[in-house]
Amino acid sequence: MNKKNKSGEKKIDRRTFLKGAAIGAAAVALPLDKADAFWESFLQKHFTELSEADIAKVLKRLENEYSQEYKKPVSVNATKPQENVIYGYGLDIARCIGCRRCVHACVTENNQSRDPEIQWITVLKMKKGEKLYDLEKSDRYYNPDLVPEPGYFYMPVQCQQCADPPCVKACPATATWKEKDGIVVVDYNWCIGCRYCMAACPYGARHFNWAKPNIPVEELNANTHYLGNRPRYKGVVEKCTFCIQRSRNGRYPACVEACPVGARKFGNLLDPNSEIRYCIENYRVFRLKEELNTKPQFYYFFGVGNRRKP
Amino acid sequence: MIHFIKGIKHIFEGHTRYYITMAVLFGILAVAALTYANQYSKGLILTAMRDQVSWGFYIANFTFLVGVAAAAVILVIPAYIYSFKPIKEIVLFGEMMAVVAVSMCILFVAVDIGQPLRAWHTLPVIGKMNLPGSMMAWDVLVLNGYLAINLLALVYVLYQYAHNRDYNMKILWPIVLISIPFAISIHTVTAFLYASIKARPMWNIAVVAPRFIASAFCSGPALMILVFQLIRKNTDIKIEDKALFKIADVVTYALAINIFLLLTEIFTDFYSNTVHGASMHYLFFGLDGKTNLVPWIWTAVAMNTVAFVMLLFPSLKNRFLTLNIACALLIVGVYIEKGLGLVVPGFIPDALGDIYEYSPNINEIVIASGVWALGAIMFILLFKFAYPWFKKHQQADH
Ligand code: SF4
Ligand code: SF4
Repeated sequence: MNKKNKSGEKKIDRRTFLKGAAIGAAAVALPLDKADAFWESFLQKHFTELSEADIAKVLKRLENEYSQEYKKPVSVNATKPQENVIYGYGLDIARCIGCRRCVHACVTENNQSRDPEIQWITVLKMKKGEKLYDLEKSDRYYNPDLVPEPGYFYMPVQCQQCADPPCVKACPATATWKEKDGIVVVDYNWCIGCRYCMAACPYGARHFNWAKPNIPVEELNANTHYLGNRPRYKGVVEKCTFCIQRSRNGRYPACVEACPVGARKFGNLLDPNSEIRYCIENYRVFRLKEELNTKPQFYYFFGVGNRRKP
Repeated sequence: MIHFIKGIKHIFEGHTRYYITMAVLFGILAVAALTYANQYSKGLILTAMRDQVSWGFYIANFTFLVGVAAAAVILVIPAYIYSFKPIKEIVLFGEMMAVVAVSMCILFVAVDIGQPLRAWHTLPVIGKMNLPGSMMAWDVLVLNGYLAINLLALVYVLYQYAHNRDYNMKILWPIVLISIPFAISIHTVTAFLYASIKARPMWNIAVVAPRFIASAFCSGPALMILVFQLIRKNTDIKIEDKALFKIADVVTYALAINIFLLLTEIFTDFYSNTVHGASMHYLFFGLDGKTNLVPWIWTAVAMNTVAFVMLLFPSLKNRFLTLNIACALLIVGVYIEKGLGLVVPGFIPDALGDIYEYSPNINEIVIASGVWALGAIMFILLFKFAYPWFKKHQQADH
């Protein structure tokens, strides 16, 4: 993406590193007062109603908790949306080979529970010539030795970051909302776990922590965002955030970086020179279940040999 | 005051049968409480629900009980508007049933949510209730409102009885007036909870709300017919046959409408045969060889049909043995149809076409039985408590 973001990213990284080191020291020094932490988290206000100072306190508390639990410094930040940015995502169905590397990169980056297994990306194997719309004919459990399999194509689905998200409308507690940069987030400290949003999402993008999430200590990604990949609680909902901890610092989401065939595109919809705008302007794009009017900010297209003639 | 003490005392008096019943109910409750404690600490992973089918038996029970709660108006309307004496006398029991049913609804939601301690987040002012957007937030409002209104009516009437006075219509009338639209609204809003979900074609149809009302107005009153006979049998409280048969009429009409609406739904889905009909196909015939719900829904259809045919013949309807059989059939029929037959297939196939077959596991069944046992305990205790006052009032009347 643009240069300004890149330098910003470095600064943040250094800062988080220092912060992390400091917490590491603190975590060893101060044993966590469990009862206090319980009441503080129980009485915590809605994230959007917290003052800057409150947020700092909450982040500190969480960093403490996580650092103790995972026995290494964990940083939790709450980087704000950038101005004039609305993220968009592009997926080239013609390129995707169904290797699921994006799925696993996402799991690692975003600290999804390994057991029970949670995956934010679902790759659907579709038979060529079958109805594209009728997802019922798709298979998400394919497991051949080699991909792609002849006669099939693949369609990865994750949160479509709908511009008009039915999940947000459904939530009785306002525990999930759309940020200014178009990312739909969940406050894991506010979600009551009613799972109404899961019923409301037309893309199967929301996942529930049916048990306490389980992440091997050594595999925990310690660089986290409050609204993104910080470790979750039992009994709350989670979902793809376009790697909010990366994208807001000008980096690509992990799935984009992991894709071996470059099927995944990402960028600022408001920037006429961004990659995503190039895709939208040069390919015939479509969005999943458009008739539902959820207005996804996630575009599918068939890239190879399918560009519009100038 | 003396009556209050009498009421409390009466709770502890009864036949051996009463003690045994209560012991059994408390036993079920205790087992369920332990099971819930385990679910609370390990998480909802102990249920059969998963991401694909994210609501199951608990919410199915909730949906059914909203119907039972709403049905209290069925007694209130003729009693107060038409002053139908035989029903007027038992309105109090209807209100008790409404209060118990709403409490059970709230409990079923409580055992279903992942973070019950955070329930206050959905309240106005102290929490961050999502109004007007969320149908669930509206449901929280109307259910609690309905509970408050019925409690108010109940407490007021009992208070008057306790002081040996009849209730004052000038005070009761406004409460009753509000409770009627509230009863309709709890069921309509609960129907909208489903009908508003465009991600689930099976729910996203206009007929859900009228069908909910129709099925509520048959299963709720049918349950009352059975409960009132139990009361009559086990106490010396008189409930006239006339009142019960009048309620049976309502049940018959409502069941007719319910069956008609179901047929229109089946016609539309199967005739047009689009991909949106997949859930209905799954429910009635199975999909891809997966047929978990098929025997259930056909059982429900058979029960409702037999009950309806029985109720159509006055000779069967006006005899208690056959009336009771019909009522039992249709209660179970509606229970299956609105629970497993509406909530579960809405999620099958899931949003991305996966078919995850759900049936409640033992953990869910035990906890649900616990809620039902608690409901029964609440009703019996309320009834026992009110009994001396009610008795006295009835004697004074006759
Ligand atoms: S895809 Fe689902 S979770 Fe994501 S914004 Fe849309 S409705 Fe919400
Ligand atoms: S599960 Fe959480 S985020 Fe989803 S609707 Fe319920 S409270 Fe909102």
